[in-house]
Amino acid sequence: MDIPEKEFLAPGHRACAGCGATIGVRLALKMLGENTVAVSATGCLEVITTPYPETSWKIPWIHVAFENAGAVASGVERALKAQGKDDVTVVAFAGDGGTADIGLQSLSGAMERGHNLIYICYDNEAYMNTGVQRSGATPYGASTTTSPHGKESFGENKPKKNIPMIMAAHGVPYVATASISYPEDFMKKVQKAKEIEGPAYIHLHQPCTTGWGYDPSKTIELGRLAVETGSWLLYEIEEGEFKITYRPLERKPVNVYLEAQKRFKHLADEEKEKIQNYVDQVCAELKI
Amino acid sequence: MSMIKVISANRAIAEAVKMCKPEVVPVFPITPQTTISEYLAQFVADGDLRAEYIMVESEHSSISAAVGASGAGVRTFTATSSQGLALMHEILFVAAGMRTPIVMGNANRALSAPLSIWNDQQDSISERDTGWMQFFAENAQEALDFVIQAYKISEDHEVLLPSMVCVDGFILTHTVEPVDIPSQEDVDKFLPPYEPISYLDPKDPMSLGTFTDPDYYMEARHDMEVAMEGAKDIIRRVNKEFEEVFGRKYDLVEKYKTEDAEIILIAMGSICGTIKTVIDRLREKGEKVGLLKVISYRPFPQEDIYEAVKGARRIAVLDKNISFGIGGVLFNEIKAKMDVDASGFILGLGGREVSPDDIIGIVEKTRNPTTETNQINWIGLKEEE
Repeated sequence: MDIPEKEFLAPGHRACAGCGATIGVRLALKMLGENTVAVSATGCLEVITTPYPETSWKIPWIHVAFENAGAVASGVERALKAQGKDDVTVVAFAGDGGTADIGLQSLSGAMERGHNLIYICYDNEAYMNTGVQRSGATPYGASTTTSPHGKESFGENKPKKNIPMIMAAHGVPYVATASISYPEDFMKKVQKAKEIEGPAYIHLHQPCTTGWGYDPSKTIELGRLAVETGSWLLYEIEEGEFKITYRPLERKPVNVYLEAQKRFKHLADEEKEKIQNYVDQVCAELKI
Repeated sequence: MSMIKVISANRAIAEAVKMCKPEVVPVFPITPQTTISEYLAQFVADGDLRAEYIMVESEHSSISAAVGASGAGVRTFTATSSQGLALMHEILFVAAGMRTPIVMGNANRALSAPLSIWNDQQDSISERDTGWMQFFAENAQEALDFVIQAYKISEDHEVLLPSMVCVDGFILTHTVEPVDIPSQEDVDKFLPPYEPISYLDPKDPMSLGTFTDPDYYMEARHDMEVAMEGAKDIIRRVNKEFEEVFGRKYDLVEKYKTEDAEIILIAMGSICGTIKTVIDRLREKGEKVGLLKVISYRPFPQEDIYEAVKGARRIAVLDKNISFGIGGVLFNEIKAKMDVDASGFILGLGGREVSPDDIIGIVEKTRNPTTETNQINWIGLKEEE
């Protein structure tokens, strides 16, 4: 795969060492190119890339609030259309909180109305910007500051909300999941999303060193473990056709993924088994 | 050639918007604003308005999409009312802070609870600190004229603050009256195409809506204060330019028989029509009563108000809103900004009828204040049984 050398997210931003979000944005922008306008929801990405008077964005960028990236992108897309700038790509980046929770209505509206835009959710599985609080995308068993483990708690007691499938239910032309640890798979999906007319949704899994609790050098490795264990699946739904885009040769036990992170360290065997059973069930259905 | 048509204020607003040619119009229905959205949809459907009409899923998204569109460099319009305006609250601050010259129609309606679809002005008054300009129309003609002027004022590079054109729900939004609709040619002569300063352009990339630390935030807010104060002169200039093209004269305030008045009532919106009728009747009996109509609530024309009322013996301030524990907001702002002897009156909340007799009663209470009536008086309140 030819990966464009040109960078559109400048280094020197305020992200933590080992930040997965900025890796994802950097890769996405390489594929989208300079004729792109980006929209950000409030969150880590917005805060770390635009401390006034500096900016990391080499393309036009706008941020309005936390819960409205879908609506802001809708307005931007229509304004560009009104000006005859149909060749400009509009991409929105929002975290899992800004997507699965507070921004779901705005995203749903944008998808349902059929705007020609790409929405990329960078999913680090909790509210990381405010210091690791659980979101609808926090996985079962994870300890966060608002779903802490304790004498009477094993942490988050709900499974992860399935946003990509909720997006697919909108009937949009393109929905995909991706991981920053599989850059070619992700970038191909971004390319497809760019080429498709109408709304495209990509749910990008990205480890977070501070929120998940692991050494910053292990970000890519953690992302791989999620996929290799079947904890995160890589697929796309193009015009309603579901396709797995990556199948691990041999699925690793979920334990190796869980034990590599502080947020799951407290889990008893019983809970780990539940998680393994759940993953087995999903993977069996999808023949992974 | 202009044309007289018998229409509602909502229709007047839609007609004005059509002639101002916004390129993106995100809207969401809410009583009593809805017909504005409907007229605009029909204009677009008929090809009379070349705009991207976005039927969003909430008012929060209509204002968010408007900020996005304005950020991308086009003229925008949206409209709302009451609960919808309250839902926009957060983004109203952002729209002003990002200096997007959005124009919005607001059909003034009471806020829940209890749920009421009828008129008062609590909704927009409660957004007074968001950085939006607010212009209150007395009738459908003013609604139309204020929308056209609002674009020119908001888009002035010295101002760059969004505008709200406020019309009393049902009283104006659903009542028809003759309105002089200007020609497109005259509107084009008056209102130049929108020229954004900074916007989303891949040829000249900029970051809009960034994060600031304590080193920068205060200056940004101060700039807004300077722009809001400076807007008064811009409004006066735009009022003059408007008069030159359309022949109708406006100012930040309207003085009605105030010059020799001993008692002056201060009010905003459609109630001013009722007050004028009452004043005419009282004048026939030799009573020196006048009205000071506040058109521009933000920016707040304290100098103009003071200049008009300073010769009066007593002032009555009529508020269709209440800040609990302190009274009407306009009353309190006037008391805070100028040394006048005034009584405050709360009336018309949730659509409670205000009759000419009520206005006469207000004049009487103002003329002969008692300790009780000197502060906050509720007009038209039912006696407890």
